[in-house]
Amino acid sequence: MRRSWTTAVRERIETELPLENALPDRQPAFVRSTVYLFGVGTLASLLTVIGSGLVLAIFGPGWWHTTTVGAFVNSVHLFSVQLMFLFLALHFFAQLVMATWRRGRGVTWMIGAFSFFAAIVAAFTGYASQTNFEAQWIAVSAKDGFNAIGVGSLFNTLNTGQMLALHVAVLPAALSLLVAWHVVLVRRRGVSPPIEDGEEMRP
Amino acid sequence: MTAPSPTDERPYDLVKEIMFAVVVITALAVILAVLFGSPDERAKTIADWARADGIDFVSTALAELDGTSGTATYGPPYNSTPNAAQSLGPMAPAEWTGVGIPVDTATDFVLDPLSKLAVTDPALMDALTTYESAPADQQSVWTAAYGSSLPDAQISDSGTIEMPAGKYGPLPTIFTGLLRLARSGGLDPSLLGDNYFPLDSTKPLLFLSDGEWFASLGEGAGLGGDQWGIMNGVADWPGQTWLWLYTFWYQIPPWSTSPSGDLLVYLTMLPFVVLTAALPWIPGVRTLPTKLGLHRLIWKDHYAAQQRQQD
Repeated sequence: MRRSWTTAVRERIETELPLENALPDRQPAFVRSTVYLFGVGTLASLLTVIGSGLVLAIFGPGWWHTTTVGAFVNSVHLFSVQLMFLFLALHFFAQLVMATWRRGRGVTWMIGAFSFFAAIVAAFTGYASQTNFEAQWIAVSAKDGFNAIGVGSLFNTLNTGQMLALHVAVLPAALSLLVAWHVVLVRRRGVSPPIEDGEEMRP
Repeated sequence: MTAPSPTDERPYDLVKEIMFAVVVITALAVILAVLFGSPDERAKTIADWARADGIDFVSTALAELDGTSGTATYGPPYNSTPNAAQSLGPMAPAEWTGVGIPVDTATDFVLDPLSKLAVTDPALMDALTTYESAPADQQSVWTAAYGSSLPDAQISDSGTIEMPAGKYGPLPTIFTGLLRLARSGGLDPSLLGDNYFPLDSTKPLLFLSDGEWFASLGEGAGLGGDQWGIMNGVADWPGQTWLWLYTFWYQIPPWSTSPSGDLLVYLTMLPFVVLTAALPWIPGVRTLPTKLGLHRLIWKDHYAAQQRQQD
């Protein structure tokens, strides 16, 4: 009898990421530095970005221009984005100098890098869809780059509707999937151990 | 004493750590939001522009009509102006993808909006008919004469453009009509097209950005490309500071001086993007970050225990 797809997926998950690895209650003794907080800081900031963004999306793109509460939620959204990139930059730099791609973690690094790039595009579309003067200026300034590389028709920064749709639907979904993939890979392989003398830096 | 091993463990609570981090980050964002708020300068309209700097508006509209404005000569994706696309040698990616967002500045920005107004204005209808039925050479004579006299023009309180005497054909009627339409706020919706739901701002933004008024507002706010503008928000709020490397190239030659500067910047950034993602697989480069020795600080307890064991 052929094995069901559901069974295959369940067995794959159980093999690759058992629950004690996904939700560990113990961690390596060498995990003692503050730098290990940068990753969780990035993740927590992303959740705050998504939470404040959901409130803005529920009330619509005009709400934050006309109400005090809306302006406040927009400010929380702005600063959670700034915090996310601050932690993201620190997390990236820390992983770089720790060469954490070692011992089978190359793909983890690559997906993390893709998450970084996706976050940049997501933030850009947010700035370009604020429906205010800053958004006008950013859209006008940025169009030349995208036009020059031949994608201006597909990714038209002057099309506010397109920027907003990408910002509230497509890019958050893509970014969330990439970050989830990155976190699963981290949990699957565990935290990268300290570099030993003479160790090669290959993935 | 046993040597420290990467497999040594201690208690840990992942869920508690994540929940605690979310609370702290949210509290931090709320505090920053309360202390600083966020900027929200109202979007500029064509009406704002026509009221604030009517001569600049009319000069730009003239350039849209005679096909000499930035948008009219932009090339792909807006039109097929020869050799206008940014290029590096034979490589011009914008030419490969062609005109995907067609914009005819004379028709879209000037003649079409006015034709709607002309239904109730016979003099304007006559002026439009005269202009559109004239040979191209005659049109050029009128636009050249009008353009050379425009710096000496005055705009009256009623919105009439008072030009020095000259042979401008129907242009005084056309541009006085366009200026009045713009000042009344009627040109903005005309540029958004016939779609009942105006979600695409391409045409009004192209028109706005062709003039000097809009550029002066951005540069006055420190947002210009040569002012590290993309990293700045309006009124000193933080912008996209993470784009520092991208915007850095716009500050120095040849990127800042080349007519294909945008293409050069993207081609310069591409290797950085590839290098970052593929770093673990690049021999030599992948060892460089550890040369800083910062990992010894991060794992200092581990290395210290190791050293004690060896001693």
